[in-house]
Amino acid sequence: MDAFTTHTGTAAPLRRTNVDTDQIIPAEYLKRITRTGFEDGLFVSWRTNEPDFVLNRPEYADASILVAGPDFGTGSSREHAVWALMDGGFRVVISSRFADIFRNNSTKAGLLTVLLPQADVEALWTAIEADPTTEVTVDLQAKEVTHELGGDVVRMPFDIDDYTRWRLLEGLDDVGLTERHLADIEAYEATRKPWLPKALPALPA
Amino acid sequence: MPKTLAEKVYDAHVVRSAAGEPDLLFIDLHLVHEVTSPQAFDGLRAAGRTVRRPDLTMATEDHNVPTLDILKPIADPVSRAQVEALRRNAEEFGIRLAPMGDRDQGIVHVIGPQLGLTQPGMTIVCGDSHTSTHGAFGALAFGIGTSEVEHVLATQTLPQYRPKQMAVTVDGELPPGVSAKDVILAVIAQIGTGGGQGHVIEYRGSAIEKLSMEARMTICNMSIEAGAKAGLIAPDQTTFDFLRGRPHAPQGADWDAAVEYWQTLRTDEGAVFDREVRIDAASLTPFVTWGTNPGQGLPISASVPDPAQIADENDRRDAEGALAYMGLTPGTPLRDIEVDTVFLGSCTNGRIEDLRVAAELLRGKHIDPDTRMLVVPGSVGVKAQAEAEGLDRVFTEAGAEWRGAGCSMCLGMNPDQLKPGERSASTSNRNFQGRQGKGGRTHLVSPAVAAATALTGKLTAPADLEPAELTSTGV
Ligand code: SF4
Repeated sequence: MDAFTTHTGTAAPLRRTNVDTDQIIPAEYLKRITRTGFEDGLFVSWRTNEPDFVLNRPEYADASILVAGPDFGTGSSREHAVWALMDGGFRVVISSRFADIFRNNSTKAGLLTVLLPQADVEALWTAIEADPTTEVTVDLQAKEVTHELGGDVVRMPFDIDDYTRWRLLEGLDDVGLTERHLADIEAYEATRKPWLPKALPALPA
Repeated sequence: MPKTLAEKVYDAHVVRSAAGEPDLLFIDLHLVHEVTSPQAFDGLRAAGRTVRRPDLTMATEDHNVPTLDILKPIADPVSRAQVEALRRNAEEFGIRLAPMGDRDQGIVHVIGPQLGLTQPGMTIVCGDSHTSTHGAFGALAFGIGTSEVEHVLATQTLPQYRPKQMAVTVDGELPPGVSAKDVILAVIAQIGTGGGQGHVIEYRGSAIEKLSMEARMTICNMSIEAGAKAGLIAPDQTTFDFLRGRPHAPQGADWDAAVEYWQTLRTDEGAVFDREVRIDAASLTPFVTWGTNPGQGLPISASVPDPAQIADENDRRDAEGALAYMGLTPGTPLRDIEVDTVFLGSCTNGRIEDLRVAAELLRGKHIDPDTRMLVVPGSVGVKAQAEAEGLDRVFTEAGAEWRGAGCSMCLGMNPDQLKPGERSASTSNRNFQGRQGKGGRTHLVSPAVAAATALTGKLTAPADLEPAELTSTGV
C-alpha cells in the first residue's frame, strides 16, 4: 500500500446520509476477480440516473476528497467500495460517522477516512459549494484538515489512533507486521482447546 | 473484574497485546465465499505465502449461484469465472470447499451452524458483513474486508481494537405472529443504522432466552444493519441441544468438557455496558420497512411517513429521497402497498423454521395470482429437510417457486432479480436502492408477513388473515 502523509486537492460535497456500499459500487461489479479497475462502477446508479448528481458536475470532476454525510459506507463488507473510490481518484473521504468495516477496509487499502464533527462537515460543504476550486489539505502528520476562506486558514483538527496513523504514514502492510509475531501465534495455538472444531476432514452428516 | 460475554470471548483469543498497538486476535474459524476472496488469494500468491491453517478454513459458493439448473455450468461468464477462481484457489491452497451440487453447499452463514462448525466462545470471521449471524451461539463473529481475509488466510489472526459493549434487553412475551425479524427491525428503527457503531451488541432478556436458535440467528444476523461490529447471545440449553450430534460438534468426553466451558460464557453480574437499550416484547408488532435503509421501518399498521414532519435536515432529505425511489406517497397505509414479488430466503430468514412458518400460512391456499413468490432455502441441507417434511409441495401447490440454495434475490448477483420499478416483500436484510436488481423496491419483512403478503398481494400481517388460528411462532 502507498504511504499517506499529506494530500491537497479539491473536494466534492456529497450531501447524503447512509451512503451504503451497494450505492458506492453495486453487486454486479463484484463478480470481477481483480483489485483495480472499478471506477466504472463508482456511484454508477446515481451517476446514470441523476444528471445533477454532484460527481456529474464538471466543477467537481477532478475532486480527490469526498465530503459525505453521516453513516458513510454502511452495509456490505465489500472492500471493492474502497477500491472503487480510489480508482475514481479519491484519496480521502471525510464524514462525521463511518461504518466500521468500511473504515477498517480503507485503512488497509490506503484510502484515508477522516472523522470530523458534523458542524465541520457542514462548514466544508458550504465552502466547497460556494467555491468548488477551494483547495483542501488533509495532513495526516499534523492531524488536521485545512482550507482557505477569505484569506484566513480554517483549521479542523481530527483524531486518529496513533498505530493506524503510523501504518498509513509508513505505508506498511499488516501481514508483514503480524508475521514478526509468529512465535506468539504458535504459543497461542499450543493452548487451544483440543475439541475446537476443524473444517478438515469433512465428516459425514 | 466482571466481564461481559463478548469481553470473555475476546480476552480468550488475545495472542499478543502491546501498549499503543491493536491486539492480535486468534481466529478459530474462517469462512470463505467466492466474492470477497479472489483478490486475497492473489495477494498470498504474489507474496509467496500459504494458508496458515487450512484446517480452520471452510469455503462455499453462495452469492453467484443460480437457483435453477444448478448442475449445469453457470450461464453468466463473469459469475462462472469467479466461482471457478474459488475452486482453483481452494484446490491450490488445500481448503475444503462445498461447491454447487455438494450436500454441504449453501449460504456461508447457514452452513457453519448446520455443520456444527459454529460453536460458543469461538472467534469467527468471513469476508461478509452478516458473519454476525454466528453470534447467536455466543461466538464473537464479525465481517471483514478482503485485505483482512488475506491477513487471516496468511496468519490465522487479525489485529483488533477492543470493541465497546452494548446491551439490548428484550423482556416479556412476544405477541402472536410477532417474530425475531420484527424484534430486530424494531431495534434498528429505534437506535438507527449507526446506533451500534463501534459496539458489540449482546441481546438478552427473557424474550431472547425463549427464542429458538434459528430465531436468534435472525436477530444477530441484522446487528450489522444497526451498525454494530457483531451481535451475540449467551449460549444455553437451547444452544447445546441444537449443536449436539452435528457433524463437527464435540463428542463423548469432549462434549462434556465443551459444555462445561460453554456454561461459563455469560455476562458476569456487575459487568458494565457502554450503552443499554430496553425493549418490551409485548409492545412489538409486525414490522416492515418503507424506505431504503433498514432503519426506515414501522409497524405494519402505520402509514408511509411524511418527510415534512422530520426535524433533522439530513434525515428529512434522506426520507424524501427514499420515498421518491420507492414510489410512495406520505400518508399511504403500509397495508395498501401492493407488491409484485415475495422473496423468502437469505441468511436472515432462509432456515428450516422460517420455511415452516411460511408454509403453515400457505398450506391449502393459493397465492395472489398477480404476485410471484420465490422460496430459496438457505442451504442444500435446509432444502433436503424441507422436502423431507413436504414443505416444497406446500409451496408449489400454493403457486410459489421452489428453488435451489443460495443468496439469490437477497442481492441479485445471480439471475434472480427485480426489474426496474418492481416491488418486493423480502425476508432478507437490506432494502438499499438497487440491492435486489436495478430500480427494484424492497420492503423488509418477516417470513410470516412474507407469506401473508403473498396471499393477498399487499403488505399483510398474519393476524390480518386469521387471528384466531395464530400463535406465537418464535421465528
Ligand atoms: S443471503 Fe444476502 S446478506 Fe446473506 S450472505 Fe448472501 S448476499 Fe449476503
